[in-house]
Amino acid sequence: MADVKKIATRESYGNALVALAEEYPNLLVLDADLAAATKTSIFRKAYPDRHIDCGIAECNMTGIAAGLATCGKIPFISSFAMFAAGRNFEQVRNSIGYPHLNVKIGATHAGISVGEDGATHQCNEDIALMRTIPGMTIIVPSDDVEAKAAVRAAVEMDGPVYLRFGRLAVPVINDHDGYKFEVGKGVVLKEGTDVTIIATGLCVASAMEAAEKLEADGIHAEVINMHTIKPLDEDLVVKSAKKTGKVVTVEEHSVIGGLGGAVAETLSAKCPTLLKRIGVQDRFGESGPAVKLLEKFELDGAGVYKQIKEWI
Amino acid sequence: MTNLELKKVANEIRKGIVVGVHSAKAGHPGGSLSAADVFTYLYFEEMNIDPKNPKDPDRDRFVLSKGHTAPGLYSTLANRGYFPVEDLPTLRHIGAYLQGHPCMQECPGVDMSSGSLGQGISAAVGMALAGKIDQKDYRVYTLLGDGEIEEGQVWEASMFAGARHLDNLVVIVDNNGLQIDGPIEKVCSPYPIDEKFKAFNFHVINLDDAHDFDKIRAAFKEARETKGQPTAIVMKSLKGKGVSFMEGSVDWHGKAPNDEEFEIAMSDLNKIGEALQKEEA
Repeated sequence: MADVKKIATRESYGNALVALAEEYPNLLVLDADLAAATKTSIFRKAYPDRHIDCGIAECNMTGIAAGLATCGKIPFISSFAMFAAGRNFEQVRNSIGYPHLNVKIGATHAGISVGEDGATHQCNEDIALMRTIPGMTIIVPSDDVEAKAAVRAAVEMDGPVYLRFGRLAVPVINDHDGYKFEVGKGVVLKEGTDVTIIATGLCVASAMEAAEKLEADGIHAEVINMHTIKPLDEDLVVKSAKKTGKVVTVEEHSVIGGLGGAVAETLSAKCPTLLKRIGVQDRFGESGPAVKLLEKFELDGAGVYKQIKEWI
Repeated sequence: MTNLELKKVANEIRKGIVVGVHSAKAGHPGGSLSAADVFTYLYFEEMNIDPKNPKDPDRDRFVLSKGHTAPGLYSTLANRGYFPVEDLPTLRHIGAYLQGHPCMQECPGVDMSSGSLGQGISAAVGMALAGKIDQKDYRVYTLLGDGEIEEGQVWEASMFAGARHLDNLVVIVDNNGLQIDGPIEKVCSPYPIDEKFKAFNFHVINLDDAHDFDKIRAAFKEARETKGQPTAIVMKSLKGKGVSFMEGSVDWHGKAPNDEEFEIAMSDLNKIGEALQKEEA
């Protein structure tokens, strides 16, 4: 794995915005004093007149974006997931969700891989919060290629989109010719018959690593990259669950209300299946280097492998 | 329009408020009535709007940040021709486009959904910013309650508007002095309101009688002439204005009149209407 190219999806976000700027002259980027961290500073440098720093006031930034959207703009609001979805929940619900305005939320620094900043800044609840808002689309890209495709897809569609990006540089796993991104369509990365592993975000790479290890043990795991959490690709979840009879979800998010919650809801209604939810187990994060934290929380390849092996 | 014409329209708008809230058996008459004259002035005199083309990109915008006074906005929009006045009794009924708080997707003429206090002003700031970016000369108006400005987001939005010199923005504070739990100075005093907006780089106009059309006219003229900074109009108003038993009473913040009270309220407003007719003759 040492030679694999690694890029943080927040970086992909900043670059994707620049790449789309000429094609979409109504695209604007709003920040709340975190442009350097959210990587929208890349956009600010290229298009200073189209970057609006709102200061440390996320709720107002969200309302301003709503107002801009009513005037035909395509605003991206950028902040850490903790503030973009957490502090901001009610503003997103009432000022963007209820009127279904065309605002895109670029939430960086999601999950425990924020690292050293610790629990106050590690948002493991954002997917759960955003899922409850009617009409909200939620995308959690797994790498640089997918993050760029997701930003483009968000601009191309009308309505609110929550994009979840990470701080940590993660392996580029989708840089092949056959790659195609479609909102709401999960991607089968590996076919298998013994267990289905549905992963999202940086945990897709962990799931693939775990599946290789399982394969060596004679366990044929099917791996699905579920980049869109809402609307969930329910047909794919059910189809794979019927084939393998066992489902595991893997995410850098609370096991309550995120990918695991969404899959549990789908399976219990449409295809009751044994389910294991791997993620943050109803606890807060903590400080430490991101890679070490992923190890500790057993969300790296070895940890995911261990958890599945023990369960299966 | 002459002041007399404006007064007659305002009285019709007040009747629509009472009819709507009575029919809904719920709603917020007090703050709708206190703002009825400024609603009238905005939609019948000040704003560049066309009820037949409510989505015109060049129109002036209005955001009812104190969204609970939707009955006032609805009655104004209806009387201005956005939809039939006969629909006002559908307020808050199942399936009605006149939702309890304004919904821009449902109701013609509503520029922004609102109702969660403190949020409307931010949207208005966004609209004003879009106008500056696009170099358009439309103006944006937003109406806040004096209790509403206790919300922190109001000051986030004001800080931004002042810092960005959004002189196409007018923030109106309906200072009727009463919020749900009582007089605003007793609940959590926002006074001095004018000094606060001044500190946020607004041009501030103290309008000492929100029911005097000469003074309203002068205030909006001054706002229009103000360059380089947003304007805040802090207007002293009477909660429940026009309905005898609602005037100055916190009890009528969010309560509907029963049938008997409805008759008295309509009788009060009809008397005002008759007096205005005589004035005309």
